[in-house]
Amino acid sequence: MTLNRRVFLGAAGVVAAGLSAPMVLAQGKPRVVVVGGGAGGATAARYIAKDSKGEVDVTLIEPSRTYYTCFFSNLYLGGFQELSDIAHSYGTLAANYGINVVHDWATGVDRDAKTVSLAGGGSIPYDKLILSPGIDFVDGAVEGWDVSAQNKMPHAYKAGSQTELLKAQIMAMPEGGTFAMVAPPNPFRCPPGPYERISMVAHVLKKNNPTAKIIVADPKPKFSKMALFQEGWGNNYEGMVDWIGEDFGGGNVSVNPDAMTVTIDGEETKVDVCNVIPAMKAGRIAEMAGVTDGNWAPVNAADMSSKADPDIYVLGDASQQGDMPKSGFSANSQAKVCANAVRSALTGSKVFPAKFSNTCWSLIDTNDGVKVGATYEATPEKIAKVDGFISQTGEDADLRKATYEESLGWYAGITSDMFG
Amino acid sequence: MRWSFLLTCATVLVSIAPSTHATEDLGDAEAGKVVFAQCQGCHQVGEGAENKIGPHLNGVFGRKAAGLEGFNYSKSLVRAGNSGLEWHADTLSAYIENPRAFASGTRMSFRGLKDPEDRANVVAYLRAFSDNPQDIPEADPTAKGTDHSIDPAILAIQGDPEYGAYLSSECTTCHQIEGGDEGIPSIVYWPDEDFVVAMHAYKDKQRPHPVMQMIAGRLSNDEIAALAAYFNNPE
Repeated sequence: MTLNRRVFLGAAGVVAAGLSAPMVLAQGKPRVVVVGGGAGGATAARYIAKDSKGEVDVTLIEPSRTYYTCFFSNLYLGGFQELSDIAHSYGTLAANYGINVVHDWATGVDRDAKTVSLAGGGSIPYDKLILSPGIDFVDGAVEGWDVSAQNKMPHAYKAGSQTELLKAQIMAMPEGGTFAMVAPPNPFRCPPGPYERISMVAHVLKKNNPTAKIIVADPKPKFSKMALFQEGWGNNYEGMVDWIGEDFGGGNVSVNPDAMTVTIDGEETKVDVCNVIPAMKAGRIAEMAGVTDGNWAPVNAADMSSKADPDIYVLGDASQQGDMPKSGFSANSQAKVCANAVRSALTGSKVFPAKFSNTCWSLIDTNDGVKVGATYEATPEKIAKVDGFISQTGEDADLRKATYEESLGWYAGITSDMFG
Repeated sequence: MRWSFLLTCATVLVSIAPSTHATEDLGDAEAGKVVFAQCQGCHQVGEGAENKIGPHLNGVFGRKAAGLEGFNYSKSLVRAGNSGLEWHADTLSAYIENPRAFASGTRMSFRGLKDPEDRANVVAYLRAFSDNPQDIPEADPTAKGTDHSIDPAILAIQGDPEYGAYLSSECTTCHQIEGGDEGIPSIVYWPDEDFVVAMHAYKDKQRPHPVMQMIAGRLSNDEIAALAAYFNNPE
């Protein structure tokens, strides 16, 4: 069948003995270290461990013991999911796949020694390193806001306590109060995310606080699924959502977390809740590893390897790969291509051609789901879009309901694909 | 496997009256209609069928046992449904062979059909009132007898399960390898032919789902065969 590594070793052993043997062979089991246990990292770790059947040593470094998926966290805000529904642990990856799960922060990468250092002390050696650290925020992106203000003005763009905080603030809004969002510039994690969030906040307010208002300051002239969201806001939350795009000064924003004010194009407004989603960049470890160029880490489309270092791969939001949106689905898709390539490099397993795909579902109101998706291929320059589709405005209620139910099925599918 | 399937087909086609399209050992629906006369005292099927003494039998394939809303089932059948019993060709056949042996507390007071051919025929008859496998996700994955116009050369391709295993990772983002089917249908353990026919129906845009049209649209005939071979028996 395929060229088995043992067979290869048997045939080549005599020759190799006299030469300087490759590192992988000299040290026994090849080692893969994965930093970040989200849709990219957990999937890559699981696939490499599963498909190499014990031939590769896999370590997953992830600080959270309980991982909250960013996807579906808006549905928690809208009351369609419990927080526990989007919480996952790494027990199965450790117990059933033999992955060494290390709950710690990766604090640095020594590319010459090929080690990753940990906040808790010590370092872990690797033959191949996969970085899937998600996003961090660009300093000074929104005037008046930094991470120290996240308790007053939450970003809730890394799911968990921030999401819970934002929900509590929404529920505590005074009657007829104002919810403000500062939306991020491109490119950012989950392009429909801020607008699905607006829909979910509107859904909650319509029920509990129907005279409340929502204002969105957006530095962009348009956004993902714009026609679908605007149709939904008009039909379901009439008069509640005021979206201020680039043309009306949506990009000229400052906030004052102590006074709870937002100033849009010179006009100051007192608000009750302010969700600040700043401009984003690759999770910091990518920068510390020296594989970023600007805010993101450029990669080769065929295998997600870094353009700066052939032994480092970057997945998901942190990568700069071409046409794919920064989404959990994309990261999961990229992880499988990467896992196939890494396994092949370390064990000589067969490499199959890269195929990527993405679909993003969003919920606008109860049983009113929409989606957008595309397929992609690897070209020498980038991951390039092949074909795509998007839900249409004016679709009937049955189709929207089926789309929502499909998204629930997808959530069950992708989380079991990530966490086993 | 393909050969044994063909041989079974041939035997059935020779021994039973001519049929319009190939069915495995499902039986003869025309003959089943005659057998069903014994059931009609309690069960209706077809257009306008309603619950009578027994539940109506439209869409029974793939339905959870005791799964029809508004019908007062025995506790025994409700329990069986809750424990995972679904009606497929094999479970239906086992049930009607001896209802009380299959579900001891059932209210279905029928002594059972002992002749396997009668059972196969009546199951084939009922099959016509359930969704056709062309219409997945509604279809019953174990349904038999698929009406299609796929080139036999495409159906004859032997898929490479190893390649299928790699390609399957694109599917398992949504379709669970353990076979859950809430919102998104299960695609494991399908007969190869049903799988290939379904994927080509998406590829040719005969089936409406946009995600599936997109995914299937760029799969080659060999890749579809590889996926069918893999999902037929993953691991």
